[in-house]
Amino acid sequence: MKTSSPMKWFVSREGLYYLGLAALLVVILPLILDPFRLNMVGKYLTYAFVAIGLVMCWGKAGILSLGQGVFFGLGGYCMAMFLKLEASTPEATAIQSTPGIPDFMDWNQLTELPWFWEPFHSFSFTLLAVIGVPVLLAFVIGLAMFTRRVGGVYFAIITQAIAAVLTILIIGQQGFTGGVNGITDLQTLKGWDIRTDEARNILYFVCVGMLFLVLFVARFVQNSKLGRILVAMNAQETRVRFSGYDVAAFKIFVFCLAAAFAGVGGAMFTLIVGFMSPSFIGIVGSIEMVIFCALGGRLSILGAVYGALLVNAAKSGFSESFPELWPFAMGALFIGVVLAFPNGMAGLYQTYVMPLEDKIFKRKKVEAVAAAEPEATKPVAKKTDDYDPMIDSYSPEKS
Amino acid sequence: MDTTDIAASGRSFSKGLGFRKSLMTLAASVMLATSAQAATPSTAEVNTTGLAVTDDTVTVGILHSITGTMAISEIGSVQAEKLAIDQINASGGVLGRQIDFVQEDGASDWPTFAEKSRKLLRQDNVAAIFGAWTSASRKAVLPVMEQYNGMLYYPTFYEGLEQSPNVVYTGQEATQQILASLNWAAETKGAKSFYLLGSDYIWPRTSNKIARKHIEDKLGLKVSGEEYYPLGHTQFNSVINKIKLKKPDVIFASVVGGSNVAFYKQMKAAGIDFTDEKPLLLTISVTEDEIRGIGGENVDGIYASMKYFQSLENANNKEFVAAFKEAYGDDMVIGDVTQAAYLGPWLWKAAVEKAGSFDIDKIREEFAGIEFKKAPEGYVRIHENHHLWSKTRIGQAQTDGQYKVVFETEELMEPDPFPEGYQ
Repeated sequence: MKTSSPMKWFVSREGLYYLGLAALLVVILPLILDPFRLNMVGKYLTYAFVAIGLVMCWGKAGILSLGQGVFFGLGGYCMAMFLKLEASTPEATAIQSTPGIPDFMDWNQLTELPWFWEPFHSFSFTLLAVIGVPVLLAFVIGLAMFTRRVGGVYFAIITQAIAAVLTILIIGQQGFTGGVNGITDLQTLKGWDIRTDEARNILYFVCVGMLFLVLFVARFVQNSKLGRILVAMNAQETRVRFSGYDVAAFKIFVFCLAAAFAGVGGAMFTLIVGFMSPSFIGIVGSIEMVIFCALGGRLSILGAVYGALLVNAAKSGFSESFPELWPFAMGALFIGVVLAFPNGMAGLYQTYVMPLEDKIFKRKKVEAVAAAEPEATKPVAKKTDDYDPMIDSYSPEKS
Repeated sequence: MDTTDIAASGRSFSKGLGFRKSLMTLAASVMLATSAQAATPSTAEVNTTGLAVTDDTVTVGILHSITGTMAISEIGSVQAEKLAIDQINASGGVLGRQIDFVQEDGASDWPTFAEKSRKLLRQDNVAAIFGAWTSASRKAVLPVMEQYNGMLYYPTFYEGLEQSPNVVYTGQEATQQILASLNWAAETKGAKSFYLLGSDYIWPRTSNKIARKHIEDKLGLKVSGEEYYPLGHTQFNSVINKIKLKKPDVIFASVVGGSNVAFYKQMKAAGIDFTDEKPLLLTISVTEDEIRGIGGENVDGIYASMKYFQSLENANNKEFVAAFKEAYGDDMVIGDVTQAAYLGPWLWKAAVEKAGSFDIDKIREEFAGIEFKKAPEGYVRIHENHHLWSKTRIGQAQTDGQYKVVFETEELMEPDPFPEGYQ
């Protein structure tokens, strides 16, 4: 595959999709939404990080993890620990029996900061931990599972069990973790008040920026040879193994990648929402994240972003309009979409909207091409019609 | 509808134009109520901070879980708050304004509580929020209330250690529930040893910390065991064996939620008859609502320390129970928290009228000393620490799921969220 120049990529169909998303998130939504709603969109976007990871892990490589909430939560807790330490200055906590430690530790009769909290005084350590801790856990799980060739449903069940175990651990060790309350009342990041509208707006744009970074990493991986091996592994694992590839290593890699994305999402969540609680780590939270991904289209990284946005917007919308009945509306939405459109919104888009686009695109292309060199380029123009959902990308130079 | 109503409606229909005009003003006032700039000149005096107050209405928020695991507990609070709002509206409203409410679902999920409280304050500009139930949901909502200067009326008995200028605690803090009941067990029942048992989270742990200090330091008695089980735990055989071995005089229980069903059934199956009072079981977590889930036959004879029981014999309560059953059906039961939730709108009304304003800052100054004489629990008064002066009562559970009141403190107990000597 030849690499295209950046300018050319932006006017390609795929590039336009990214530009469309960027326009929506950076221009349209900030213009039409008030700071409160924009902050909520920011919160939804933090789930999109997990959904993108799931597209890579589940959609491409066929590894269904029902425990992505674990990595989201770990990333979020790392950030929350840093912010909580910053909020728990001896002056701010003078009322406690032991000033200078987080309030929930004091309630649980702890008299000094536990050793694993100490490094979280450092912001750079925290940033490393946000990615490092989830990746490390994913690596250990991956090493234990994939080298033993545990896969499919068994892997899904084990990840779900890990989600349950970690929830129990966090809730049970409330003196160290804040328990079921979570880590609340986070105020400042390096002295910068994250609760003001202005700060929330800035955090929203930081979140969008991080999201695009993650999108491009995901896109880079899926378009590389590595990405093709992942897809091949999904389709015919034994053949890939017999071709001399170390299947386990590839699986561990993509699982760690998804964990890293989820960790970043979790840290952004903590910053945007202002606290972290164990409810995302558990089984329900983890399965919800799979639903975002399924609804958006599990093969499409952009679909995952739209899936996370739409499901959460629907959840807020339904629950505000019908506080008594909204879970039924959500259930109907999930069942309906999965039954009617197994490839989610991306599949829907591909079936119904893309042919329309093609008509417009083709006409322009043919006109442009006709002006230049009609005979030679026609086959290429035809190729552009075949959007490949497995690759989820289009570039005229693909062939 | 009686004849005068029909006549009235006929009259307004006959004056078609006037009716339409009044409809338009009504529509305009509704639109104003939902818009951000609610302050119109006529309300300028009572509302200087842009709350959702119009000439005719004031909007408040109700924020409880009506879906998820907490729904079964919180729905009673929602019902009580709506009942109070209806009654206040029927009696003329607050400062001449009818109360509208926006209800949101916290969905038993703490971040959702935070999101919805922010929505209520930022978008709906509500004048007060009646809501939150678990400590976790209160902790999630608290920073939002403080940031946007809202006022939360929180109904649940809780662990104390908190005193926010943006919360009114209409339930008891831990010492109000515990100290008098331990004294009662020691004095009336002659208890010498106590076994502390609870679900593993902040409220039981704090409650038992206070209980232990009181038992050991103040009463000079013995704590023979202290154990915690995870939320949702259903296997209590080991602790039941320990209890049988150590033979404490009192089991002091703060097990919550679904664990209660397993706990009491297994105690009964192990041959412990609570009516024998050997040991006596004293709980701070089982209200009439919980008994509906556990079954009256399984808790027959246990004692609970609360500030309110449905069976209280006073005129206020009889009126309240009758109104509640009329609104929601004869099979409804009313627990301690439901009654505390009912106090919220009434206390808010009293504070608003004393301040002559809906402004949060002006109301806050007036809280200390606000009374509610029609409280179903008898009489309550707001302490300057935003908690209520309330009595402690002890009831013994009957097979029909009701409590028979066997003891109440003579004086109102002073709320003390940061009790000295109990930390």
